[in-house]
Amino acid sequence: MDFNDSPAEAAFREEARTWLAANVPSAADLTGLDPMARAKLWQKRKFDAGWACIRWPKEYGGRGATPMEQVILTQEEGKSGAPDTGFFMIGQGMAAPTMMAWANEEQKRHYVPRLASGEDIWCQLFSEPAGGSDLAALRTSAVKDGDEWVINGQKIWTSGAHYSDYAILVLRTDPNVAKHKGLTYFFVDMKSPGIEVKPIKQISGDSNFNEVYFTDVRVSDAQRLGAVGQGWQVAITTLMNERAAIGGGGGGVGFRQVYELAKRVDLDDRPAIEDKRVRGQLATWYAQESGLRYTGYRSMSALSRGQTPGPENSIGKYVGASKTQDMASFAMDLLEGSGAVVDPEFVESAGIFQGAFMAAPGGRIAGGTDEIMLNILAERVLGMPQDVRVDKGVPFNQVPTGTG
Amino acid sequence: MNFEFSAEQNLLREQASGFLADNCPPSAVRTILEGDAPYDASLWRQIAELGWTATTIPEKHGGIGLSYLELCVIAEELGRAIAPVPFSSSVYLATEALLLAGTEAQQEAWLPKLATGAAIGTFALGEKPGQASPRSLETTCSAGKLTGAKVPVADGDVADFAIVVTRSDAGDGASLHLVPLNGGGVSRSPVQMLDPSRSHAKLSFDGAAAEPLGADGAGWGLARQLLNRAAVLFAWEQVGGANAALEQAKEYAMGRYAFGRPIAGHQAIKHKLANIYVKNTLARSNCYYGAWALSTEAAELPLAAATARVSAIDAYYFASKENIQTHGGMGFTWEFDCQFHYRRAKLLSVNIGSEGVWQDRLIAAIEQNEAA
Repeated sequence: MDFNDSPAEAAFREEARTWLAANVPSAADLTGLDPMARAKLWQKRKFDAGWACIRWPKEYGGRGATPMEQVILTQEEGKSGAPDTGFFMIGQGMAAPTMMAWANEEQKRHYVPRLASGEDIWCQLFSEPAGGSDLAALRTSAVKDGDEWVINGQKIWTSGAHYSDYAILVLRTDPNVAKHKGLTYFFVDMKSPGIEVKPIKQISGDSNFNEVYFTDVRVSDAQRLGAVGQGWQVAITTLMNERAAIGGGGGGVGFRQVYELAKRVDLDDRPAIEDKRVRGQLATWYAQESGLRYTGYRSMSALSRGQTPGPENSIGKYVGASKTQDMASFAMDLLEGSGAVVDPEFVESAGIFQGAFMAAPGGRIAGGTDEIMLNILAERVLGMPQDVRVDKGVPFNQVPTGTG
Repeated sequence: MNFEFSAEQNLLREQASGFLADNCPPSAVRTILEGDAPYDASLWRQIAELGWTATTIPEKHGGIGLSYLELCVIAEELGRAIAPVPFSSSVYLATEALLLAGTEAQQEAWLPKLATGAAIGTFALGEKPGQASPRSLETTCSAGKLTGAKVPVADGDVADFAIVVTRSDAGDGASLHLVPLNGGGVSRSPVQMLDPSRSHAKLSFDGAAAEPLGADGAGWGLARQLLNRAAVLFAWEQVGGANAALEQAKEYAMGRYAFGRPIAGHQAIKHKLANIYVKNTLARSNCYYGAWALSTEAAELPLAAATARVSAIDAYYFASKENIQTHGGMGFTWEFDCQFHYRRAKLLSVNIGSEGVWQDRLIAAIEQNEAA
């Protein structure tokens, strides 16, 4: 048991480091560019040299690398000071695998390399006001009209819709059959007439998500992925990749930030870190972070051996989101009355604790709520029965609906 | 990245698991829990024959000289089986104390017997309720004669010798002594425990012959090093128990029907068991970290041991209590086996320092790493 690379992994790491050292954009390269332009510059540079989306097949812009090589590259890129390429996460992490699995060859060769190069940005139009955790209850409709489909309805919680070029989406094509059977999957040009994007203001004050309205939007039947009525099956491909892409997220507040704070602020006229209760709380969170880190190492070891990792990593998002929320709250408690101050003139640690506190509820909801994650663990990992579904087999247009 | 047990170690796990399923079923645990025998002597003999007691003892002292990773594998399976044997006292504590601080002569005198299971050793620290410290100790040793009392001492009623922590005027305020328990000046009386599947005793010393283990005044530091090692091994036992409790809860929930379906289909139960799985997974991964640190003699051992111990205490306690809750009223009956985990989990969460003690040591280890 060790943490060392195999000889092949070490050689790859060295190759990646060398290339990154020579090619990560300098401050001068990035001067005057906004975050999107920086991301696009860096992504294109990686793509041109064969360092973008390396796990993908060569013909679609990758280099057919192993999962472990992708892990190593991600680690090294994280340490390299390269621009943040989060803009591409949904397109590369979710849209591309779905396209590679379900699009025709011509489409794959056209769209997938443009995802790898950062030329196109994609978003995911799944959730709706009436279809969140119960995604298959979505209502936005597509009606066939010759070689085209006409889309009407509303999507919600769409990250990046306002800057995306394309979207993947699931639509209801037959309301007369059971919920999961009446869905069909498409991709759409976000510049199509009839699409309107409206930002949603979150409790944090940020606007990371959007509402997307469809009014008589026309999409070619050639942009359908999978058969008519097969949309749920295609969506599963996307969702499996969502969990791989989002898992492990922790936010900007972790053990280190709260530990440093506890050394700086006083409790009973001594640094708070000397208080046993503070130490106990911090130790619990350290153990959680450590547990997630070494769970990740176990998964990486499986990849390194050419095996499929076990289900352990699926706990990451669930544990991390609550931990961030609780740690931010605890840090604010340590600040006593100042904990609730957000005024830039007086705020502690540039407001990271208050920021994390207000962003944390979103972390526990996005990409599968805590409750959905527990259901997934119980059903897929522990093999427990699915929930009772009273709408099972009932035609969708006869399923009771609420007022929301 | 090779943060995983080897194929040979996983084979050992399968063998250990199969052996204990055959030879340490719940009925064997119940026999000890309900009966007068201090431990399962037949199981103990077989465990010794398999060489588990000899795992980390060097070959020159009659051992097998395997790594701590093998011992971690065995610990997890013993924990899973709630094995009613003096393995932890004799192997994680007495054997490790000798390996840590014993002279060549002391090692040669005891390790071969510990390896074969012919001798049982134990470790005696606590004397009264509350956290022990050098200042709290009243047991002393003068001119090779030990005086005082220790309670509770795991396997103190059956052990052949004990490593006793005594107060000292020198150094860190404590010393370790090796005390044969079958000679004069030693009296022992059984102590009833929350978990009767593991026997404990009060050891009273009145001029008992003792020899120093390690230097006078180095005992507290040695005890800490010893407990860091033992914490990793106990944590593996706890994780084994926690996973067994989860499996027990799941099996019952799948077969128990209420409101027309298995209770395993209700979210209240699904989420409960998923939360057990989450804690068990975190604890198990931290135990990997502990196993790595122990087996490589890494400088991170104090932090790794505390981390493994903190999360294993949390996981086993949670799994054991929610296992009973999942079983409903039947889980509260003497007839059901759920009590075994509930009892063992609590015993293992206080036996070598409670959660709060190890939380404090975890943060102290981080502080020390920063100062270094």
